[in-house]
Amino acid sequence: MQIAPNFVSEKSWERSLPWQQITPWIVPLGLLVIWQLLAQFGFITTRILPAPTQIVEAAIRLSISGEMFRNVSISLWRAMLGFIIGGSIGLGLGVLNGASPTAERLLDSSIQMIRNVPHLSLIPLVILWFGIGDEARIFLVVLGVFFPIYINTFHGIRSIDPHLVEMGKVYGLRSRDLFWQIILPGALPNILVGLRYALGLMWLTLIVAETIAANSGIGYMAMNAREFMQTDVVVLSILLYALLGKVADTAVRLLERWWLPWHPSQQM
Amino acid sequence: MNRVESPTSLTSRPESRYGTHLSIRNLTKTFGKKPVLQGIDLEIEPGEFIAVVGRSGCGKSTFLRLLAGLEPATDGQIELDGQPLKGLNRSARIMFQDARLLPWRSVLDNVALGLRRDGQRRGQWALQQVGLSDRAQDWTTILSGGQRQRVALARALVGQPQLLLLDEPLGALDALTRLEMQQLIQTLWQEQQFTAILITHDVEEAVHLADRVVVIKDGGIDLDLWVPVSRPRSIGYPALSEFKVKLLNRILDR
Repeated sequence: MQIAPNFVSEKSWERSLPWQQITPWIVPLGLLVIWQLLAQFGFITTRILPAPTQIVEAAIRLSISGEMFRNVSISLWRAMLGFIIGGSIGLGLGVLNGASPTAERLLDSSIQMIRNVPHLSLIPLVILWFGIGDEARIFLVVLGVFFPIYINTFHGIRSIDPHLVEMGKVYGLRSRDLFWQIILPGALPNILVGLRYALGLMWLTLIVAETIAANSGIGYMAMNAREFMQTDVVVLSILLYALLGKVADTAVRLLERWWLPWHPSQQM
Repeated sequence: MNRVESPTSLTSRPESRYGTHLSIRNLTKTFGKKPVLQGIDLEIEPGEFIAVVGRSGCGKSTFLRLLAGLEPATDGQIELDGQPLKGLNRSARIMFQDARLLPWRSVLDNVALGLRRDGQRRGQWALQQVGLSDRAQDWTTILSGGQRQRVALARALVGQPQLLLLDEPLGALDALTRLEMQQLIQTLWQEQQFTAILITHDVEEAVHLADRVVVIKDGGIDLDLWVPVSRPRSIGYPALSEFKVKLLNRILDR
């Protein structure tokens, strides 16, 4: 299983190394060059889309002034705090309802009802409750993150093979060992799926919350730049969101490699 | 398997020190109104190897689950060395038809499951017993069906149980692997002298391995047959076929 692919890639290594590595980059790099040329020769006005080089300039300018770092770090802080709060509640309730049918009967249908409310539709209400301070944005992120983590944890625990749990009992595991050695590891692939969804929703929620009502953060930076028609800063903000989303996704991939080395998806 | 057989070659071994003595009285189990087992009485000596055979659905698996304490009996009782069984049977280990290995643990960690101390060393010992020491660090998902069952056997034996319950453990294996596993189980049973109860629908397997074969039919014991053939027994041993025919006729009502 491990020898065959290595063998193949070593063979093709000598002949087609450059092309295999380069091919995926041809189209994006080509588009970038075309974009640059169109902008430079005035076919696209800066009001619609700035040239790539202008965006790089904006990035350098805002980095030097410290504005970019300040806004990115405040957005990151909001995202993390909301994620930690919402994720912990989701994980806790998912485990509780997954393990205890009584708790499920008591809580699950209420949670499912709340889930049907699109959390972004609560923005007007949330602003009334919390004003436009950080609490409002963090509250929305908490809501966005909670449901995917809850549902996937619950589902992961419920879908564990009951035969494995029975085996654990026969082999002398007590409830606590059963949870840590069989139930939680068995649910982990599902929990990580929930984590990935949650991170996507975390950024999405934050983008909306920051563009609607904020006085700092990446979304604020973009909306503020819009008023002064600084399209370079607007595009830079969008790219920053994309980059942070990518970082979050990569982090989950690393977690999967670390926590699920046994999983078939990791043994390709 | 090239193994040194233990000197014990008699079928009955009354001085066995490790095996559980089971005495089963009037054991009855009904699911709803449907009776599955009705008034089973059975005396099993320490270190005995018993096979329970019967058609599918005859209640033999339920019998094993009752012995393991996984389900409560409707009536009657099971005594282990004189103590009535209540709840889970902690002196027993089960080998299931599906290996039930944890995919997130290495082979060795699967074997060491539930051991409180010295797990790694004892796990290695058990893997050596089943001839899989070299796979200790592998994931179980890359093993073959026969290897998985050998890991399950090692896991069952690592705690040195007094009672080993085998729930059609070889049913899903191919014929050659099954023969190899039967030899292995026989050898390890002779060395370690636990009481073994094998549930199977394979009459040949039953007479090959067991001292005594019990036929369950219509929820009761239909036949309790001694197989006084000396060990080690090899496959196709002529004396065994006579028992095999007898059992088959009884099970199939011929």
